[in-house]
Amino acid sequence: MNDRTGPRRPVRGTSRDTSPQEYWRRNIRYVGLLLAVWFLVSYGAGILFADPLNGIRIPGTGFPLGFWFAQQGSMYVFVALIFVYVVLMNRLDREFDVDEGDE
Amino acid sequence: MTITAWTFTLVALSFALYIGIAIWSRASSTSEFYVAGKGVHPVANGMATAADWMSAASFISMAGIISFLGYDGSVYLMGWTGGYVLLALLLAPYLRKFGAFTVPDFVGDRYYSQSIRKLAVVCAIFVSFTYVAGQMRGVGIVFSRFLEVDVTLGVLIGMGIVFFYAVLGGMKGITYTQVAQYCVLIFAYTVPAIFLSLMLTGTPLPQIGFGAADPETGTYLLDRLNGLHTELGFAPYTSGTKSTLDVFAITAALMVGTAGLPHVIIRFYTVPKVRDARVSAGWALVFIALLYTAAPAVAVFARTNLIETVSEQPYSEMPEWFSNWETTGLISFDDRNGDGLVQYVGPEAVDASGAPIENELTIDRDIMVLANPEIARLPNWVIGLVAAGGLAAALSTAAGLLLVVSTSISHDMLKRGLRPDITEKGELIAARVSAAVAVVIAGYLGINPPGFVAEVVAFAFGLAASSFFPVIILGVFSKRMNREGAYMGMLTGILFTAAYIVYFKFVNPAANTADNWWFGISPEGIGTVGMMINFAVALTVSRFTPPPPERIGELVEKIRVPRGAGEAHEIGA
Repeated sequence: MNDRTGPRRPVRGTSRDTSPQEYWRRNIRYVGLLLAVWFLVSYGAGILFADPLNGIRIPGTGFPLGFWFAQQGSMYVFVALIFVYVVLMNRLDREFDVDEGDE
Repeated sequence: MTITAWTFTLVALSFALYIGIAIWSRASSTSEFYVAGKGVHPVANGMATAADWMSAASFISMAGIISFLGYDGSVYLMGWTGGYVLLALLLAPYLRKFGAFTVPDFVGDRYYSQSIRKLAVVCAIFVSFTYVAGQMRGVGIVFSRFLEVDVTLGVLIGMGIVFFYAVLGGMKGITYTQVAQYCVLIFAYTVPAIFLSLMLTGTPLPQIGFGAADPETGTYLLDRLNGLHTELGFAPYTSGTKSTLDVFAITAALMVGTAGLPHVIIRFYTVPKVRDARVSAGWALVFIALLYTAAPAVAVFARTNLIETVSEQPYSEMPEWFSNWETTGLISFDDRNGDGLVQYVGPEAVDASGAPIENELTIDRDIMVLANPEIARLPNWVIGLVAAGGLAAALSTAAGLLLVVSTSISHDMLKRGLRPDITEKGELIAARVSAAVAVVIAGYLGINPPGFVAEVVAFAFGLAASSFFPVIILGVFSKRMNREGAYMGMLTGILFTAAYIVYFKFVNPAANTADNWWFGISPEGIGTVGMMINFAVALTVSRFTPPPPERIGELVEKIRVPRGAGEAHEIGA
């Protein structure tokens, strides 16, 4: 990726890459990981594998597992994913010094 | 107090609240009218987004649809919530950084083209009007059933209220009214759900209750319902009958469509910072999920109660709600075998000798949520509350949609198109006039609904999925994407999706069966294919046409980092 880096700005004497390209690459990686989970809980557990998962029942409840993922579980995970994204990105913004401050 | 008295009181109180908020939050500039001055707190914006998004369809129809479809109804639950993950991760922060007023603003500036802006305006107006007709209809139904006024008068009252706060307050008025409407609607939805959960399972939380067991018999509620379904010849509740591919396609179309709906997207322009846009999407989904996780529980409770109340019971002893809904024509009974009992059975029902049993009862799915408290004999005030909640859901969504129409006309068509020299004051007047005209048209559509309101909703999602979503994503994530690619992608995506839906819904509805669908994908799910076509065409065409000008590359780089929100688009424009 050396061929596409812009001017680098080393932070506090470290040699870490803080270029906009690196910021964007990390962002894409986070988004990719989170969307993989998003896909697995909804399209995976809730749709593609719903039938086999329905053979399993959540202990102590009447929920077949595939049905539960489709009508409850996927939505809980969706909410969690957005907040994980918020935390990761806020940290990334500060690390690359592109955050909006508190003004 | 009677049901009608409670309903009048609660509806009147909620309307007074909305009017009070409208007077307090009048808009005095175009920025306030379009994006509430970009000063909305992220949690408040989350609530407003939730009310904006959850329409009469979510509040009144969804649990009923799920209650009749069982597992297959999951497409609405996952589809209408999963889109927020896409919105939060792929769209909201970048659109907020771009800092425009409307979706056509972004599309037109990013792709340096007036034709794309016009195409986007047409799509935005079409999608919004399609949707708003359904909302006004919902208002009419609630008024006619609970307040025993004529549907026309009901729609006129609803129009009057929306007119007042949308025209006066613009986005600012709408935002704070929507916050209030969210509180009304979530309270109205949750209270009966908790009552029902306690009655059927002894568990107060409906989300847990529908997986719990009857405290006396120890049978799990879902097992009991599956048992009833099998006995009466319906498919088991917890497993589906649709093809896996179709469920997949419909879910994807609804998710992507949600993320591409202009009235949802513009809500993220109203917060102060990029950071706020991200977290605001999270709050929106929290508030939406409160209702959406309760809906499948309500569906199970309603289904069980309905079957146990009517099945094999004498018609002469049906409760009062039954005859009330019969007069609206939404329930009908035809005693085919003349035994005086209600046979409510599925297509595979057989009697002891193996002969098929005929179904005698038709129930409109839309009445389940509204009738539910009556079926379960909940107190009268709960029934009145449900009416106020249904109105809040319909009015909040209608207002958000009307704002999209009005900004599309005053901002995208006049200011950024035909009359760039229009003054701030002139633009604000134009915005108010077009909001007023839009309310009147929406009201007309509510009173004289085109016979295909349900069909056109598939249209709205299909078009949003196959038009806006891909071009916005590519506009942020691909610097190489150019005017030509975006235009051709959008055009082929829309034309393909529209042609498929128009063919199966309007030209040849008789052929609308799984055998004739391409790969078994229904018109509801075809937006997914349209979206993929849009992506493929856009990427291909852009490779063979000149790259975008250098300033667009700089614009995209600015959009990608949060710092300096509110400045980015002035560089590109």
